[in-house]
Amino acid sequence: MRERLPLLCVLTIVLIVWFAAAVPMNWDQARGFADDDANWSTIALATLSLDRPLLPTPIQVASEMIRSMFDYPITSPRSLIFHAGVTAWSAMIGFIIAMFAGIALAIGIVHIRTLDRALMPWLIASQAIPVLAIAPMVVVVLGHAGLTGVVPKALIAGWLSFFPISTGMVKGLRSSDVMQRDLMRTYHATSAQVFAKLRWPASVAFLFPAMKVAAPLALVGAIVAELPTGAQAGLGARLLAGSYYGQTLQIWAALLMAAFLAMLAVALVDVSQVLLVRARGGRL
Amino acid sequence: MTTMVLIASLLTGCFVLVLLARDDRRAFRMATPIVFGLLALWLWQVVCVGYEVPLILLPPPSRIGMAVATHLPTLAADFRQTFVRAVIPGWLIGSISGLLAAIALDASPFLRRGVLPLGSLVSAMPIVGIAPIMVMWFGFDWQSKAAVVVVMTFFPMLVNAAAGLAQAGAMEGDLMRTYAAGYMQTLLKLRLPFALPFVFNALKLNATLALIGAIVAEFFGTPIVGMGFRISTEAARLNLDVVWAEIVMAALAGTISFALLALLERVVTFWHPSYR
Repeated sequence: MRERLPLLCVLTIVLIVWFAAAVPMNWDQARGFADDDANWSTIALATLSLDRPLLPTPIQVASEMIRSMFDYPITSPRSLIFHAGVTAWSAMIGFIIAMFAGIALAIGIVHIRTLDRALMPWLIASQAIPVLAIAPMVVVVLGHAGLTGVVPKALIAGWLSFFPISTGMVKGLRSSDVMQRDLMRTYHATSAQVFAKLRWPASVAFLFPAMKVAAPLALVGAIVAELPTGAQAGLGARLLAGSYYGQTLQIWAALLMAAFLAMLAVALVDVSQVLLVRARGGRL
Repeated sequence: MTTMVLIASLLTGCFVLVLLARDDRRAFRMATPIVFGLLALWLWQVVCVGYEVPLILLPPPSRIGMAVATHLPTLAADFRQTFVRAVIPGWLIGSISGLLAAIALDASPFLRRGVLPLGSLVSAMPIVGIAPIMVMWFGFDWQSKAAVVVVMTFFPMLVNAAAGLAQAGAMEGDLMRTYAAGYMQTLLKLRLPFALPFVFNALKLNATLALIGAIVAEFFGTPIVGMGFRISTEAARLNLDVVWAEIVMAALAGTISFALLALLERVVTFWHPSYR
């Protein structure tokens, strides 16, 4: 509890500021709806319960989330859980693709010198490129080729999370001690044995931080990939539709849901790390 | 015919790459990735032209180069709208206020323990999602994009700079105290210099984030100019060469700003062990 106290204080302050800011932000709109002779306290109260406020209060956002999560069946396109599921599904598939591709590339780079020299600089340089800009094109082109739905979204999500995984994995596969590698050589171990018994186990300590970076990126990729087609489903579609029709509550609810999914993804990585540490007897 | 050319260039390319990679001299180390890039471009061109890949699927590099040349005025206008008006001010405001916030936090351990976990939580979130809210608050023009960039760049800088400010050891702090140095002197002469590598790390990370934020924010509504606007509308009209030209511009802007920051880092933190 002692540890949590500062965090709780800061969260309380954030909530208070949020409430307080809603009054001036929504003032003009509330006065427009109010009677001419309304005094300022009625208007101030009205700013907290508008239909399409410029800044919804935390309570409004929370009740909108609860309403859109539990008032409709999960299969209904009005349910927030449905949209979150669509986005999470494509992000997850993309993430799995990125895991396989990234690890495979890292293994290649570590073992084949030509790949290392030719590809590694490009991998590093690609971090400075706004990869997300290609998302609309990929979606449109694949849509014309007959691929719609989860495939383009998963590809973009995977493309985004591929880079941190491959660079992290290259670092990890090289992280084993020179002494230990020399020891393996004195055992006359083949490079496959060195890989299985030394490089791979050592790389895991680098894989998990990379996964923690990559998982939210996959989510961002899936959300942005839902924008260009004016997609019918997914958190990105909710954001876009909310922005078109001025449904602020819907935007805020989708945003919070995306944040929640990102936290969930990172937490899942954490849990699997803890499980692995336990299986290995307390060490990573 | 095309297949033959393809196989021949693939074999020659791989052969040259293997030869180049064997040598450890600096020039060879530089040449290998460049040759690889050229080979990839060449193969792309051969495949597109040779197999007559439809332009609406994948235009060849030559067409993209031509599109860059012919649409240069449009590209320049988009660049001005997105990069000069939204990315640079947003990046500066977000990074500087993140740094100032980190310095302020550093003075109070209570606030530090309260805000930092929140900060690292927020920087792992899909912040681009706030774009529709910012468009609603600040209008369609560049102001809303700059606002998205400010929010996106603030938290990485806050977290990194806070970690950097904690870098200076107790020994150095004690030394400063024996000099009777005040808070400001310790901050300016000891702790900020120690934090610089972290600050530059955040600045480089933020350069990419800022570009992404501004481009994605334009997908939510914009005047009829801007890199994100051009990418989404021309992709919908299947003018893929223009889209690719815009992507080339974005990639160039990203890598050049990254390289400039890396250069500045070298000049400013020449004393740091990693450069000595």
